[in-house]
Amino acid sequence: MWVAAIGEAAERQVDYLGGVALLLGRSARAMVLSPLKRGRMFDRAVHQAMAVGVGAIPIISLITFFVGVIIALQGAYELQRLGAMQLMASVVAISITRELGPLIAAIVVIGRSGSAFAAEIGTMRVTEELDALKTMALDPVAFLVAPKFLAMAVMMPCLAIWADLMGILGGSLFGVIGGGFTFGSYMIATSEALLFRDLTSGCIKSVVFGIVITAVGCYEGFSTGAGAEEVGRSTTRAVVISLLMLVLIDLLFTILFYVARGVR
Amino acid sequence: MPAPVIAATDLRVRFGEREILHGLTFEVLQKETLVVLGGSGSGKSTLLRTLVGLERPSSGQVHIKGTDITTASTRAMDDIRKKIGLAFQGGALIGSLTVGENIALPLLEHTTLAPSTIEVMVRIKLEQVGLSGFEHYSPSQLSGGMKKRAAFARAMALDPDILFFDEPSAGLDPITAAGIDDLILSLKKAYSLSMVVVTHELASAYLIADRMILIDRGNIAAMGPVEEVKNSQHPRVRQFLDRIADTTQDDDVDHLRMFTEGIR
Repeated sequence: MWVAAIGEAAERQVDYLGGVALLLGRSARAMVLSPLKRGRMFDRAVHQAMAVGVGAIPIISLITFFVGVIIALQGAYELQRLGAMQLMASVVAISITRELGPLIAAIVVIGRSGSAFAAEIGTMRVTEELDALKTMALDPVAFLVAPKFLAMAVMMPCLAIWADLMGILGGSLFGVIGGGFTFGSYMIATSEALLFRDLTSGCIKSVVFGIVITAVGCYEGFSTGAGAEEVGRSTTRAVVISLLMLVLIDLLFTILFYVARGVR
Repeated sequence: MPAPVIAATDLRVRFGEREILHGLTFEVLQKETLVVLGGSGSGKSTLLRTLVGLERPSSGQVHIKGTDITTASTRAMDDIRKKIGLAFQGGALIGSLTVGENIALPLLEHTTLAPSTIEVMVRIKLEQVGLSGFEHYSPSQLSGGMKKRAAFARAMALDPDILFFDEPSAGLDPITAAGIDDLILSLKKAYSLSMVVVTHELASAYLIADRMILIDRGNIAAMGPVEEVKNSQHPRVRQFLDRIADTTQDDDVDHLRMFTEGIR
């Protein structure tokens, strides 16, 4: 009995991932082959980029700035005991660029945009707007989803870099006030600690995060049942599943980078 | 006799185990207004969704202007959809666009008209449905009757050959409903379109129909000119037209199945 239950659960997960992958494939195909006008698709992508990217900058700035301060404080606590306060800038820079910057940016985007994608498409499904698009010969995937993928794939790495920058600035605040650095020496220490690949690995991860957040949000929107309650349920599922997938993908990337580079 | 613009042959639609439409055969002639009558759950909305390609029949054929939409490719289906318009029951206007942008949408995506020409066309369409000056309103700012009118304008945007209406006067007060009937009659007179109107409003049906079909539990109970259907002696037709409540129990086996379906 329990074997059958596990089998059914596994089948559901595979179905889900298959559905998400199919949506991603259909969007990629729509970007290339859709009869819809490219210029208008690009306009919609720019509109989305403003909403998911530019709109997220204030909150990402605030959160990563404070996270930078927190890491500097936490790091200083231990580094002081070891007499290695000069490493504080490196601790902040590496933890922010390799991990926390892209991750925090993605978490904020899930909360702001992944949920919004599910709610938007879910509501459109409930109010027959998706059917209306189809009857106007407008493929909902090409019309709604493809521009979101484009926007997220471009904006997520930009937001991750911005988050890195703000986190480092946050760290520098404590570095200057309590770490014995000048702003200039903190930035020199940061640049010496960072390798170009620290930034690129964060950017690569962010592109994948953006694609997964969009795919899950839109898939949940399209899977919405009848009624307003279902829209709420889809939105919640979009956030929870995106967060879970975010962590799993992050783990996968960390393992991959670890294996590819060895320990620094 | 004019050629049929829509020809349905032995049309069956099934959702899972349950068959909703049990082999319907009928035609819609050129410049004809066919009203599809039926009670709640009779299958009339499913029929409408199947005719516009939103549901796939389990068997049978639907020819629209000579093309079998049950086997048509996506591209061919899109070409057919550009020749038809559907006004949804709740309007299904895209909530993120203004009323004017909703009407302009199919024109922007499917024509090469200049934006200024499209703007003029939008104003003409809105004027035809009595909504002049409402192009900058959001759909949420419109009343139920106005939403339906705006949906008519959008359905007519590409000057279609066939117009479909889903419950055009449902949920409206008698005065607004009469206004909608007048609008359908004026469109019929002005454009010589073929129209398929799904409704359960008898007064409206008698006024606008050239021919009527009465659907009962997924079957055609009556079909013909208005007077012929009005005088039908079919017991279910009489019950519907004379507004007699359903007191008889369904088929015994169906009744038992209602309690046992899905239980193993």
